[in-house]
Amino acid sequence: MAAVLPASTSTQQPPTVKRRSRTAYFLLAPGMGWLAVFFAVPFITLFVTSLQVPVPGQSGRYMPAFDLMNYPEALSAYSEQFIRSFVYAGIATVLALIIAYPLAYFIAFRGGQWKGLLLVLVIAPTFASFLLRTYAWRTILADEGPITSFLNALSVLPQDRILNTGIAVIAGLTYNFLPFMILPLYAALDRMDPRLIEASGDLYAHPATTFRKVVWPLSLPGVVAGTLLTFIPAFGDYINAQLLGSTGDRMIGNAIQINFIQFRDYPIAAALSIMLMALILVIVFVYIRRAGTEELV
Amino acid sequence: MTERRIVEDLHLRDLTKKYGELAAVDDLDLTIPAGSFFALLGASGCGKTTTLRMVAGLEDPSSGTISIGERDITGLRAYKRPVNTVFQSYALFPHMDIFENVAFGLRRRGVKDVKGPVEEMLELVELAPMARRKPTQLSGGQQQRVAVARALINQPDVLLLDEPLGALDLKLRRQMQIELKRIQTEVGITFVHVTHDQEEAMTMADTVAVMNAGRIEQLGHPADIYELPRTVFVANFLGQSNLFAGVKTGTSGELITVESHGQTFGVPLARNSAEGSDMYVGVRPEKMTILDEPDAHKVPDSHNRLTGAVTDVSYTGVSTQYLVNTDWGQDITVFEQNVLVGDRCDVGDRVIVHWAPEHSFGLAR
Ligand SMILES: Nc1ncnc2c1ncn2[C@@H]1O[C@H](COP(=O)(O)OP(=O)(O)O)[C@@H](O)[C@H]1O
Ligand SMILES: [Mg+2]
Repeated sequence: MAAVLPASTSTQQPPTVKRRSRTAYFLLAPGMGWLAVFFAVPFITLFVTSLQVPVPGQSGRYMPAFDLMNYPEALSAYSEQFIRSFVYAGIATVLALIIAYPLAYFIAFRGGQWKGLLLVLVIAPTFASFLLRTYAWRTILADEGPITSFLNALSVLPQDRILNTGIAVIAGLTYNFLPFMILPLYAALDRMDPRLIEASGDLYAHPATTFRKVVWPLSLPGVVAGTLLTFIPAFGDYINAQLLGSTGDRMIGNAIQINFIQFRDYPIAAALSIMLMALILVIVFVYIRRAGTEELV
Repeated sequence: MTERRIVEDLHLRDLTKKYGELAAVDDLDLTIPAGSFFALLGASGCGKTTTLRMVAGLEDPSSGTISIGERDITGLRAYKRPVNTVFQSYALFPHMDIFENVAFGLRRRGVKDVKGPVEEMLELVELAPMARRKPTQLSGGQQQRVAVARALINQPDVLLLDEPLGALDLKLRRQMQIELKRIQTEVGITFVHVTHDQEEAMTMADTVAVMNAGRIEQLGHPADIYELPRTVFVANFLGQSNLFAGVKTGTSGELITVESHGQTFGVPLARNSAEGSDMYVGVRPEKMTILDEPDAHKVPDSHNRLTGAVTDVSYTGVSTQYLVNTDWGQDITVFEQNVLVGDRCDVGDRVIVHWAPEHSFGLAR
């Protein structure tokens, strides 16, 4: 083939290819630069900090070292917070999924001309500051508030209150990250051809079976995205635990914050941060692997 | 799969579906004989899909009933109806392979051993080697056959097909028409095939119902409808027709006579569906013969005739298509078989067009 072609063609082609690939690198450069400056550099700084040791006699001052012991030390001191973060974020994620799924389903399939408006309403709360919204929950869940009074009348609250308990923290986490669950779910469901649901019914599937066999599997990308977008920030969150929980409900975010700001124990705080990141990475990795290979039929 | 099932007729009685003021389906009365290949033919928007969806249970009728044999299924939920649908867009489950798509209906009904029937079905639609592929890995024609297989494997009383060949190119469409016809003959299940393609309806169906604005205009064997349309809509929608407005003036033997633009046309009594005296005389273009005016003496005395001038000639190989402007200014179409060589009329020629009265039909005006 090449022999038939005029010689000039074969000598001209390679430069074109090369130029195109160079353009690609050129276009990638800003993104790469951004990552280097705002992710790689802080990460390395954080890692270096996590290995530092105190300067003897001077509290709050640390010097470079290679003290890996900061890690086991931090872990043993705050394992409780790690576990609590996992449990709270996990429960909040499941609750958010249960609340968000029917909502997203309704907007996607029944929203009609109101779809746009309903979606704006979903994200509208995020227009107000995160901190402000969480403060508002202090009022909503207050001891004399209607919700607490009502539930107390039914005697279902283990501590006779909601505010300053784990329940309030989980409620806050669920509420605050709900939009991040709804939007990807909506995107996945809205993409689905409603004819598939009809076809399933036409093929003798009860509506519940249709959900299990058709709707749910096809919405899995949205479920995976939504749960990650909820779980990851909820896992590292500290505002909800700080404003809505008691000292017994502190999460790993609070531990990091307190070590950085209050104790000024930077190596421990850094070690906690690195471990938090690593843990999230492992959880995400395992989760995606499981979700990806799950038998969808 | 090879044994023939005893299925029953599908009855639609006074079936109506209203969307606000619009009656998408208007008081439809229809019996679809068991085991027939039935085509519902009509222009886009005439209510074909709505009719099918009501039969499938995907849409609730505003009024009327649907029954199979004696069994009223009007209120039955879709998943409980002995009816399956081949959707216009196929609606194959994208997350399942071909095998699972086809097995879906059987599994939902608790059939334990699906392997045998599914493989047999894939054999029937000639897709056995594709069993483990996903729908997106198949061509349009193959997806279409999967959609048919997925519905057919359930051996429904009625199979509904909503323009199943609409997305295919012409060649594949012709191929699939033959294929579908073969499958229907093989399984003996009632097929209700919706299409806007009159040629498709005529070549495939035993019975064609021509639908217009939510109503059935005419129903019958394709040849019967073509030879004897009963309404102006059918005369023009199914093939081409020349229609001459006229007034009935009398009866002579088996013929009625109609005055039209100064001509007198004969129409067989039995082929007139006009009740009053205002009517159209219709005739199909290929039933007409065209002659140069000097050859007028060759026209048999009994024939209907008219004169005019040729305004267009298109030679299509098998036949020649003439456009003739009659003396009263109406454009008519005449198809002439190219049996003789060199015996054609030219543009501008004065001509006589004639036809046997038996080929005329009368329509209400
Ligand atoms: N869900 C609906 N809401 C309002 N009008 C509809 C709906 N479905 C169909 N129609 C109207 O009903 C008429 C018949 O539609 P359809 O049955 O889809 O026609 P066809 O399949 O013959 O093209 C059309 O005028 C269409 O606009
Ligand atoms: Mg349609």
